Amino acid sequence: MASSARTEVLRRIKSALRDNPQPAPIPRDYDVSRDLGDLIDVFAERVADYRAIVHRVRAERLTVWIDGLLEARGARRMIAPTDLPEDWLSPDVEWQQDSPPLSIDAMDSSDGVLTACAVGIAETGTIVLDAGVGQGRRALTLLPDYHLCVVRAEQVVGTVPEALARLDPVRPLTFISGPSATSDIELDRVEGVHGPRTLEVIIVDQ
Amino acid sequence: MARNPVTWLGTPAFPVAAKKALTDTQLRRNLRKATTTIRGKRALAVGELPDWEDLRRAGEAIKNEVLSNLDSYLERLEQSVTARGGIVHWARDAAEANEIVLRLAKAAGADEVVKIKSMATAEIGLNEALEAGGVTAIETDLAELIVQLGKDRPSHILVPAIHRNRSEIKEIFRREMPGAPDDLTDEPRELAEAARAHLRRKFLTAKVAVSGANFAVADTGSVVVVESEGNGRMCLTLPQTLITVMGIEKLVPSWRDLEVFLQLLPRSSTAERMNPYTSVWTGVTPGDGPQEFHLVLLDNGRTATLADEVGRAALRCIRCSACLNVCPVYERTGGGAYGSVYPGPIGAILTPQLMENLQDKQTASLPFASSLCGACFDACPVRIDIPKILVHLRGKVVSAKRKRGPEAVAMSALAWVMRDPKRFAAAQRAGSLGRFVAKGGRIGRLPWPGSKWTDSRDLPVPPAESFRAWWRRTRG
Repeated sequence: MASSARTEVLRRIKSALRDNPQPAPIPRDYDVSRDLGDLIDVFAERVADYRAIVHRVRAERLTVWIDGLLEARGARRMIAPTDLPEDWLSPDVEWQQDSPPLSIDAMDSSDGVLTACAVGIAETGTIVLDAGVGQGRRALTLLPDYHLCVVRAEQVVGTVPEALARLDPVRPLTFISGPSATSDIELDRVEGVHGPRTLEVIIVDQ
Repeated sequence: MARNPVTWLGTPAFPVAAKKALTDTQLRRNLRKATTTIRGKRALAVGELPDWEDLRRAGEAIKNEVLSNLDSYLERLEQSVTARGGIVHWARDAAEANEIVLRLAKAAGADEVVKIKSMATAEIGLNEALEAGGVTAIETDLAELIVQLGKDRPSHILVPAIHRNRSEIKEIFRREMPGAPDDLTDEPRELAEAARAHLRRKFLTAKVAVSGANFAVADTGSVVVVESEGNGRMCLTLPQTLITVMGIEKLVPSWRDLEVFLQLLPRSSTAERMNPYTSVWTGVTPGDGPQEFHLVLLDNGRTATLADEVGRAALRCIRCSACLNVCPVYERTGGGAYGSVYPGPIGAILTPQLMENLQDKQTASLPFASSLCGACFDACPVRIDIPKILVHLRGKVVSAKRKRGPEAVAMSALAWVMRDPKRFAAAQRAGSLGRFVAKGGRIGRLPWPGSKWTDSRDLPVPPAESFRAWWRRTRG
């Protein structure tokens, strides 16, 4: 029966296309890249537009900043992907690494998660995670209510087309633009539904 | 064949439903506020991209390419999903898709499934079918939850509860949501918080999730869900089994094509540079997310729509709902009057085609639910010429009428009059008699059969003298 549905749907399509439509070639006149000015400035401004918290720090100051932000937030128990750089793990915090895999409850009851990212998109203020180094599996950045994400300046591209060209589609991808939000009440955006309600981003300049 | 559930049984034809909706002043206030807000924001979001028109043309062309070779792209998608550990199912209609999902949910040992908002599953009435089979479907999108708890019907593609304002939502939550705080106010932030608390346990314990798909990439087998709240990520990440129901037209050929749609969709729908969360997954990833993935490919009237050379353009739709927000008819009647999960301008062309039945009075009334002003075409990110398809479908509705309806009789009488100059002049003299029933420059009501026309329209008063008569008198 399953295969007969397949055969039938494909037959219907062939019959529907009896007029043999000849589609026009796809015009790719849109901008792949665009002059946006200073990419990091634009990225920082647009991530902040979504009411995420944004900091710009120099590379040698990164770990001091991580320590300071976690302390200011009062975070005691943090989640970390297994391959997070060692020196990011603040000594004053209890770190739970995802090996063996953390339970749902452990992730849900933590104070937050610290990750790296794959790509930043300046024009849209978007961070993309691809489960690569320092990012872990998708649930890690979903269940904790606080996500602290480190973006290196060279990971930031200008546009959506530039970002997609850098990404491998068969990896699990999550595009994050600000904290969890909804427009379902009178079409107005309010932050804070099911995903992390606080997104804090550290941009590391070269 | 079972009835297609894309329209709701028992909804009256559009003019009757609209007349009733127009008397609901609360509804009209809610809609005016929401659509005005979103129109302004959309204009800003679109104005920010200097290449918006180029993106629209590319989006249109990509979708046309897919539709013109739909069978081979579907086979390619099936191949790439299967190669990555997913299981592909095919469904000819709503009943078949519902059966597949119910069977899979039961096989996974679930008596409850969490759901991401999805037009395809709303179209096939999946929740009702699961309920009948002993499986409870829990809507996790905030607006869907409002509709579900309020035992209501969706009235907008993107924001199904757009017809409800914040204080109505508060009342629904207080009344229907177990554990809702007694001191809940109508502050949107508090309402969102109540939904978060209500659904948290469900997410953490669900075995099976059901989703739709915004896009699927034929080349790679990647599936894309675009959302805001994170309820989508919960469903796509935590349960062991994921069942995705996708209309067969939701394809793009290659990964690169998404660069167009990930710009067009968020700016057209929620008027944002980017929606908060977009998830992309390909088959099964060991150790990350659901370890069982089923993709149900749904026809349910789409191939019939594809067979219409004019009407098939409706299948380019990416469900952004920009056409609803700019439509003067939708803004006044709301979505309920269309009697379908697809309301507004796109609904008026999509619903009748998916239904494959222009004999049905309600379905046949939908292509007439428009003033043909064209705002929908301008707003559409994939350039669907909705007014053109409306006119085309009106033609089909008229020719589908077996009897000689009053309109056909009137038109052939008019043809008889206009064939002869003398008859035409006489008719024009008779027409100026209309001045006797006019008030304030308009004719509001004519006696039957003219009342069929004036029930919903005013006529301008005919002039005392026709142009031809005036010409003869002054130059003749």
